[in-house]
Amino acid sequence: MNLPVTNKQGGPPGKSGKWGKHVIEEARGRAFVYFCVLLMVVTIFSIVFFIASRGLTPFISQGVSVKDMLFGLKWKPEGNPPLFGALPFLFGSFVTSVLAALIAAPLGFCASIFMTEIMPKFGRTALQPAIELLAGIPSVVYGFVGLSVVVPFLRDVFPGQGIGILAGAIVLSVMILPTVTTIGTDALRSLPSGLKEGSYALGATRWQTIYRLILPTALPSLLTGVVLGIARAFGEALAVQMVIGNAPHIPRSLFESATTLTSIITLEMGNTTSGSLHNNALWSLALILLLMTFLFVFVVRMLERRVKR
Amino acid sequence: MKGDFFEMKMKKTLLTTLALAFAFSLAACGNNDNNSNAGSNNSSSGAAVSGQVIAVGSSALQPLAQGVADKFMAEDAYKNVSVTVQAGGSGTGLSQVSDGQADIGNSDIFAEEKLDADKSAELIDHKVAVVAMAAVVHKDVGVDNLTKQQLVDIFTGKATNWKDVGGADQAIVIVNRPSSSGTRATFEAFALGTKTEDLQGSIQEDSSGTVKKLVAETPGAIGYLALSYLDDSIVALNYEGVEPTTDNVTTNAYPVWAYEHMYTKGEPSAAAKAYLDYIMSDAVQNGDVVEQGFVPVSSMKVDRDAEGNVTNK
Repeated sequence: MNLPVTNKQGGPPGKSGKWGKHVIEEARGRAFVYFCVLLMVVTIFSIVFFIASRGLTPFISQGVSVKDMLFGLKWKPEGNPPLFGALPFLFGSFVTSVLAALIAAPLGFCASIFMTEIMPKFGRTALQPAIELLAGIPSVVYGFVGLSVVVPFLRDVFPGQGIGILAGAIVLSVMILPTVTTIGTDALRSLPSGLKEGSYALGATRWQTIYRLILPTALPSLLTGVVLGIARAFGEALAVQMVIGNAPHIPRSLFESATTLTSIITLEMGNTTSGSLHNNALWSLALILLLMTFLFVFVVRMLERRVKR
Repeated sequence: MKGDFFEMKMKKTLLTTLALAFAFSLAACGNNDNNSNAGSNNSSSGAAVSGQVIAVGSSALQPLAQGVADKFMAEDAYKNVSVTVQAGGSGTGLSQVSDGQADIGNSDIFAEEKLDADKSAELIDHKVAVVAMAAVVHKDVGVDNLTKQQLVDIFTGKATNWKDVGGADQAIVIVNRPSSSGTRATFEAFALGTKTEDLQGSIQEDSSGTVKKLVAETPGAIGYLALSYLDDSIVALNYEGVEPTTDNVTTNAYPVWAYEHMYTKGEPSAAAKAYLDYIMSDAVQNGDVVEQGFVPVSSMKVDRDAEGNVTNK
């Protein structure tokens, strides 16, 4: 992160022995910025530490093995003996997020191209604000709309209960559409205009230019948007919980009750007492979520490196 | 461009963190203040009660606790008391009152069932209401009574079609509660008599509103709800031929009910005690408690302890 402080060096004390006004301002600004950064760093590290200390307890002192949690199929925290197999949740989270991204990516790419190449003026004045508005809708509203519209629709059209991974993916795809579109649009706008003009000068049509030139050039940036979208979908809890059904099993179809990491945490955390094995196991799931987030950030960084090259 | 995006995100995170930190420190201060307040008031007995009471826990009890708290704070005698009611689940309520973060822990279940014995021994139980539950089904399943064995068969996955229990030819869809929920614990203990597992394809929802909506809309659905949630959109089932009514609950003829508990750690502070006394007053017990679909504790003709033993009063 570039701090704005570095462009001006604090001068030496004035000749009269007093500090000049600009020096005091400089020092004050620097202190404030440093304080904020420090607070942020401390916060991030304490969050990581807190989640890790709670989430590692089941493995260290409560006799749950990492292998059982990552690959176990049975989640029976109240059972005897208690079983903590989180594979169904990992499966649910991955499939739902990736499916949501698969739905949202083409829509988002098309919207970006429309807004930059086809109707830039209308896109900027009408379509972009409309899509950004989607980002401001609270997730409980998405969940309720999903439960009232998407689930009954799926129940009528497909065999099954309507509730399930596909319902979750559809709701999530709308939620991550703004992320994919906004980043995509920024990427397309920042392409040098000479690129397009050169293509047109060679006699390429608009479609050829978009398909052969613009999309491949901007692809890493577009994918950054998709990965950030997946990250958001992965972490979304409430809306998904309302439409996915929350059965701790790997579903046999897209229309059968399933669970994600986030929904099992929100569903069970309130009903467990802190310090109990069940509670700590939920923190382990939170730790897994956190590690996944790190992974997504890493992937985004990799993609950005490709953009710069 | 993306740099901007990240910076924006980071700034947002920072702001949120700051706000959170601020809110936490405020909450912590508030907590300390009210404790000392309540304490000092206790000693100067006779004067109007003041202080702050934080009640956390059961989402089933939350509407009643909140409704009564609003009325309580509107009373002249208690205008200096502020009662904050938060939902969060029975487990949260019990651990927060046990750790001293909350003055009152709301719970659907006995503390002995969730906490260690030495921790639950420190808590004092105030039973403020009784909640009864009924099994509810989608209106087209063609069943209006189920025996205990039939319910067990359904919730353990032995019966998968309504025709197995004398209904229409329609697959059964279970709309359950999360395995750790207090509502589910009550239903399993007193309707099924056994713990059950989450079956493949069953639905788990925490909120009664969502359960009701799903049971009303999904063909073949079965779930269970507190009596206050019953209406025409769903069919409430008789249990072993007994109708789920308040009268049948008070005599234990209909056994699927549980106490709503408000736990305090040791004796309650003056402010908390005033609030608890207010809830237990006849006006509230026969007013708000009944209006919100609970059964007043005083009208119960039986007692039940944490082990489930029922004795006549």
